[in-house]
Amino acid sequence: MSLTPDTFGTPAPRKRRRNQLTPWLFLAPGILMFAVYVVIPIFQSFWISFHSWDGIGEASWVGLSNYSELWWDDAFYTSLKNNIIWLVLYMLAVPLGLLIALFLNQTVRGIRIYKSLFFFPFVISQVVVGLMFSWFYAPDFGLFYTLIEAVTGNGVAILADERFVTYGIIAAGLWPQIAYCMILYLTGLNAVAPDQIEAARLDGAKGWRMLWHVVIPQLRPATFIAVVVTVIGALRSFDLVSIMTAGGPFGSSRVLSYYMYEQALSEYGYRMGYGAAIAVVLFAIMMIFISGFIWKMWRDERGV
Amino acid sequence: MFQVKHGLVLAALLGTTAPAFAQTRTLVMNTDASDPAPKAAFEQLIADFEAEYPDIKVEVNVFDHEGYKTAIRNFLTADAPDLANWYAGNRMRPFVEANQFMDVSDVWAENGLEESLHSAASSMTIDGKQWGVPYTYYQWGIYYNRDAYAQAGVDPESIETWDDFIAACEKIDAAGIDCLTTGSKALWPIAGIFDYVNLRTNGYDFHMQLTSGEVPWTDDRVKAAFANWEKVLPYTTDNHAAIDWQDAVANLVQGKAANYVMGNFAVAAFKDGGMTDENLGFMPFPTIDDSIARAEDAPTDTIHIPAGAKNPEDAKLFLAFLARADVQTKMNETLGQLPINADSTVVDDPYLQQGFEMLSSAEGGIAQFFDRDASPEMAKAGMEGFQEFMVRPERLDQILDRLERQRQRLAGK
Repeated sequence: MSLTPDTFGTPAPRKRRRNQLTPWLFLAPGILMFAVYVVIPIFQSFWISFHSWDGIGEASWVGLSNYSELWWDDAFYTSLKNNIIWLVLYMLAVPLGLLIALFLNQTVRGIRIYKSLFFFPFVISQVVVGLMFSWFYAPDFGLFYTLIEAVTGNGVAILADERFVTYGIIAAGLWPQIAYCMILYLTGLNAVAPDQIEAARLDGAKGWRMLWHVVIPQLRPATFIAVVVTVIGALRSFDLVSIMTAGGPFGSSRVLSYYMYEQALSEYGYRMGYGAAIAVVLFAIMMIFISGFIWKMWRDERGV
Repeated sequence: MFQVKHGLVLAALLGTTAPAFAQTRTLVMNTDASDPAPKAAFEQLIADFEAEYPDIKVEVNVFDHEGYKTAIRNFLTADAPDLANWYAGNRMRPFVEANQFMDVSDVWAENGLEESLHSAASSMTIDGKQWGVPYTYYQWGIYYNRDAYAQAGVDPESIETWDDFIAACEKIDAAGIDCLTTGSKALWPIAGIFDYVNLRTNGYDFHMQLTSGEVPWTDDRVKAAFANWEKVLPYTTDNHAAIDWQDAVANLVQGKAANYVMGNFAVAAFKDGGMTDENLGFMPFPTIDDSIARAEDAPTDTIHIPAGAKNPEDAKLFLAFLARADVQTKMNETLGQLPINADSTVVDDPYLQQGFEMLSSAEGGIAQFFDRDASPEMAKAGMEGFQEFMVRPERLDQILDRLERQRQRLAGK
């Protein structure tokens, strides 16, 4: 470890022990919190998922039967499918965020105001975003509904139609997510080396070639973070589903996190074991991405 | 930092003042009476109780109506109050079976409640014991807009059978008005339609067997009920899945719709929207099969003593007080609902009078409501199935198969 460099000669044993202890002491509060609020509950969820438990009575061991029930559960597959649609479409936030960032990355009078206006949707609560989009889609008086009605002669109630409902919610989710990616790219663009741009310009690069070969490679750290937050955002989408449709119509807009909540905690739920089993599956899906990210970060750190 | 200090000071203050209260007897009550009318009714109830028992102080924690349904699970086990309100029928069963509610049969026996609260006795009884005291109920039925009927040239008084109703719907639809409106975003409003269609098609006993999971959902009688329901679907508001029950109230108030299957609590919303006794009408759900005794939906609200109550003696005094005829009369005047106690008087309101008449002559029986008669999991799956049926009636067989699988899973537990 770089904290005990050999250049100072061999340190006394006591000092070395202290040096080994110090980082752990500093880490202790964080580790403790992380263990109590994150790691231990994960294992508790695993444990609960093997039980049938209503949250107030006695829990009884049921082995893997929660998981075998999941296997045959149509609602689970609907949620899983919706989660995948979320993952794919949510990724649009990354290029769109980059586009807006490039557009806003100029020095004109009042650009700060424009930047803050574009960032605004990320600042307001997801609940408010959900409500606004519900009104936007609302049958009879919603702007979107009346627009469609004016164009096609027949209004479509997005949130009541099983074919469109998930896309309608994702559109609402993209609005703040694009703003988030935009801010990440705007900071990234500040760090783009002007001398490289200059050199590229001298070599005759402009437009798309400049962007693709000179700017975007320098934005890699920003892209990495944007992808990470977008994947996580898509997988934990809950607020919008809950506010806009509560999973409906007849469960067609459910995602895994909402289905878990419904089974474990909602008014008609209280199947803690089943909810925990859904949580475990969601955790496994997240782990695929998270371990990918961690592996990449680890590799980058060693590479430097 | 300021906030933290503030909190500490507050905690310290509370800490020092708490012992002063310990001298008197305290009852802690958790309630979901967050809407204006219930809130006023509970405040009045508690004031009257404290006036009669000056040495008992009632502390009330008011919860948001919807939030209460999930909060009760936590507070019953973690920090039980002395009194908590809830609902009758199967809806209280999970708490009774988990030993979270106290047996209050002695309150019933000592105060002769078996007599006075007779109409709700069966829905308060599990394993031959009573687990709480009911204080109010209200009828469900069809609320309609007289103006919309007039516009379509139909006389609502002439509707007696389901065929009459469908015939009226055709005319109302021709006048450009939705015959039946509802908002199924929160699912429960359409459970009322199912309850009535099934009660009228198959009768009370079958309905109860179905909701308690004794009859398969794939039974032909269930299909017959859905076939009757299907007749009214073409005349039902489109996009009901996207709107809440209050939005459907607006449809009725504005005359865009003629009928609404609802509970009596909606009358306040209709009147807030500008309707009066002149143009708001009420009728019992029409007869489908006249060989079947008429049964009605009338959900009952109740108060219970949690098993972990710290002051059960005084809580029982409170329940006995709550069961009294004069108390229920006064409370239901404010609530705008019907008292349970047979000796109470019903407030002078056309809808309540009509509802009281209808319920007291219901020979078939009184159902609680789909999500109180069925187990919570079955209720959720069922209501989702009803919604899917209303949007895609052609999927009925698939839906019933799914409900049947759910029923068998619950039965196997």
